[in-house]
Amino acid sequence: MRASKRTTIAASLLLVACLLGSVLTLRRLDQLRSRATLEEVLYISSPKVLKRLSLGYDGLLADVYWTRAVQYFGSKHHAGAMHYELLGPLLEITAQLDPQLVVAYQFGASFLAARPPNGAGQPERAIELTQFGIRNNPNEWKLYYSLGFIYYTELKDNARAADAFSRGAQIPGAHPFLKLLAGKMAENAGELETARLLWIAAYKTTEDKDIRANAVAHLNAIQVDEDVTRLETLVGEYQKKTGHLPATLLDLVAARMLPGVPVDPLGYPYKLTRDGRIEVRMPDELPFLKKGMPPDYVAPVMPKFPKTQ
Amino acid sequence: MPAIEILGLEKTYTVGFWRKRPKRALLPLHLQVEEGEVFGFLGPNGAGKTTTLKLLMGLVYPTGGTARILGKDVNDPQMKSQIGFLPEQPYFYDYLTARELLEYYGQLSGLEAKPRSRKVDEVLSRVGLADAGRTQLRKFSKGMLQRVGIAQAILHNPRIVFFDEPMSGLDPMGRREVRDLMEQLKQAGKTVFFSTHILSDAEALCDRVAIIHRGELRGVGAVAELTSTVHGKVEMVWEGTLVPAWFKSRGAACHVSGDTVRAVVQEQDQEAAIDALRRERLRLVSVVPVRMSLEDYFVEKLKPAEAKAGVRS
Amino acid sequence: MSRRIVHIAANTFREAVRDRVLYNLIAFALLMSGAAILVGQISIDIERLVVVNLGLTAVSLFGMVIAIFIGIGLVSKEIEKRTLYTVLSRPVRRWEFIVGKFFGLAGTLIVNTFFMAIGVFAALWYVSRHFESPDGWVLVALYFIILQFLIITALALLFSAFSSPLLSAVFAFALFVIGSFAEDLRGFAALTQGATRWLATGAAYLVPNFSALNVISSVAHQQPVAGQLILYNTVYALIYASMALCGAVLIFEHRNLK
Repeated sequence: MRASKRTTIAASLLLVACLLGSVLTLRRLDQLRSRATLEEVLYISSPKVLKRLSLGYDGLLADVYWTRAVQYFGSKHHAGAMHYELLGPLLEITAQLDPQLVVAYQFGASFLAARPPNGAGQPERAIELTQFGIRNNPNEWKLYYSLGFIYYTELKDNARAADAFSRGAQIPGAHPFLKLLAGKMAENAGELETARLLWIAAYKTTEDKDIRANAVAHLNAIQVDEDVTRLETLVGEYQKKTGHLPATLLDLVAARMLPGVPVDPLGYPYKLTRDGRIEVRMPDELPFLKKGMPPDYVAPVMPKFPKTQ
Repeated sequence: MPAIEILGLEKTYTVGFWRKRPKRALLPLHLQVEEGEVFGFLGPNGAGKTTTLKLLMGLVYPTGGTARILGKDVNDPQMKSQIGFLPEQPYFYDYLTARELLEYYGQLSGLEAKPRSRKVDEVLSRVGLADAGRTQLRKFSKGMLQRVGIAQAILHNPRIVFFDEPMSGLDPMGRREVRDLMEQLKQAGKTVFFSTHILSDAEALCDRVAIIHRGELRGVGAVAELTSTVHGKVEMVWEGTLVPAWFKSRGAACHVSGDTVRAVVQEQDQEAAIDALRRERLRLVSVVPVRMSLEDYFVEKLKPAEAKAGVRS
Repeated sequence: MSRRIVHIAANTFREAVRDRVLYNLIAFALLMSGAAILVGQISIDIERLVVVNLGLTAVSLFGMVIAIFIGIGLVSKEIEKRTLYTVLSRPVRRWEFIVGKFFGLAGTLIVNTFFMAIGVFAALWYVSRHFESPDGWVLVALYFIILQFLIITALALLFSAFSSPLLSAVFAFALFVIGSFAEDLRGFAALTQGATRWLATGAAYLVPNFSALNVISSVAHQQPVAGQLILYNTVYALIYASMALCGAVLIFEHRNLK
């Protein structure tokens, strides 16, 4: 007289089986679809048309496209890609749908402008995007920062960078280092110093995880650069004084030239080679190194970014 | 093997959204119906008649007890091909015509195509809808829908038919026809189990009745027995218009019409009444035992609860 | 057993037709004709694109609306109007009823889509006076749309088994929208951590994956659809629809019909 037990059990078992089956099939489908073509992902590639079609729900759609942009870049970057064709369109669509999404412009400045494999290598496009952002957010000083950043790092145009920084510095509430940067640009000050300031500013102007990780990696590289330069100079001085190269860095400590064996930003002590060069122990963990690498070192295609706290 | 066996069947609903209160729609019911019987299930509205039928049809699951129809579980499809059901105030797919509906039901009952068509015609004329076969059900009156309902219940020639308030919504002609049909079913040896709150119908048709009130069974038995056991009355008719004082003092119901008086007295007072009439030299025309009607029995059975809770309309 | 399911399905189909569901084809025909004529007069080169995009989108949306609006009433209407009582008093098992209803509505949608397909191809012929071989992929897109219908029908039936028509419509429509962003949802989930990640991932795998079944845009650009994709989409749709149906069967089996 009760509900049929047979039916209940059969239906329940089938339901669980289907559940498992659907999850497995979905995973396979995701794999197949990740090789999707451009048109499919973008569906409608004109940002203006998309905005009109979104029927006023553009905020939500902007969030969707933003997420897609982050994922797209993240997964490709992880795989060491050299081409990021979709990043530009995805960011442009995001900006068109939600012009006030400041982080999208910042992301573009960091990753659309940068050269592959760390970015799409499209600084001009990034500039256009940022300028669009400035037009729509005239009081957002961070965007002037982004603009100057692109001019300086990728286009090596100090004049325009200085101009962007100083315009941004004029906005009430702007961070003081914008003025500082404007000054540095103008006086063509030491590159490392300027670069450090730039990357610190990049770190502080955003909450985005990826942009910050990128900034920290660059700051580490700058630190290594300075350390290696300084240490190699000391080694040279030691050689002049004693007539031979120090065997290890401890020799420099013994000669009171160093308080202790210095460590790189990752915490590992620097290495002194036979021929008096300074190297880091784990070059693979420090992307963007300009100094301190073994002679025939080839940076891995998949750079490891440090985790930010 | 009894046609219908109900063993301790009960149903309690929980009502209310936050604080769940139990509502006992049916207290444990024990009942048995034999094949070939016409069984009446009586009770006022809300007594639990429809709940019982729904439990028997497997539409609602019991909170306790079981029931068996033709020895099988109520959800057994084999058994279902041998029963028919007419729900209360039925409603059918109004986009179908009567013929299409019956054909569909015939298909579901497992009737083969050719005999099915014939049976549909037969049953339509039997319920008096031979002309309305091709009319869409949305155009049917209440009475016509009731007939379609009966038609679909007997279409596949079931051994037992269950009717829930079969007379509801019918005019006197219609009710007469339904009663005749139920008589025919009985003649054909079918078992008929029907619920109603109209006692005269039950009285006329049923072999046995059960009375249910507030979910509880109050009495079961053959109609004849139920009405004859309890103290009967006699009706006396005499010429004239005089009502002797004795009658008034006994509070007997007296009715004067034309030149006769009709009075109803208790059976045991019969002798005393006749004496009273003789003393007044009144001429007695007839003394006829009056059987208690089913209605009286019914009201009687309902009394204890009514006295407690007040009369329900 | 299977014959009863067929009978119930046929009756459900008949009900939909008599409910004048197929009249939506008139609206569709008008839409397609108007669009074809307009587009034929406007510009070169993108007429086919527009006709395919518009036509397939309309097929999809019209069908979704029908699937939801009829689907949500499949069970609840029968319970409310008590037409179910006389059906279940016959040798019909409750699960047969559910399955029959499903096939009835699915069949209605397939027939509807068939006529709409003719409309799309007719419009395509009108604007370009010839067919090209990549047009065959339009059939695949239509097939995927039918798979979507199977899923949404099963879901609507599931909701109908326990919920009121209004709520069912809301749920079904919500799942349609969320399902269209299913891949993004899985992406979102991958960016979260901890308990949220488990919940989000679970939800992301549970919602119907309509995004993979939507190849309208690529077909409009005359791109082929991978055979593997066809296979896995078919498998997925069948599995998912079965899952929803099992749910419906379970709920309906245990329900007290007041």
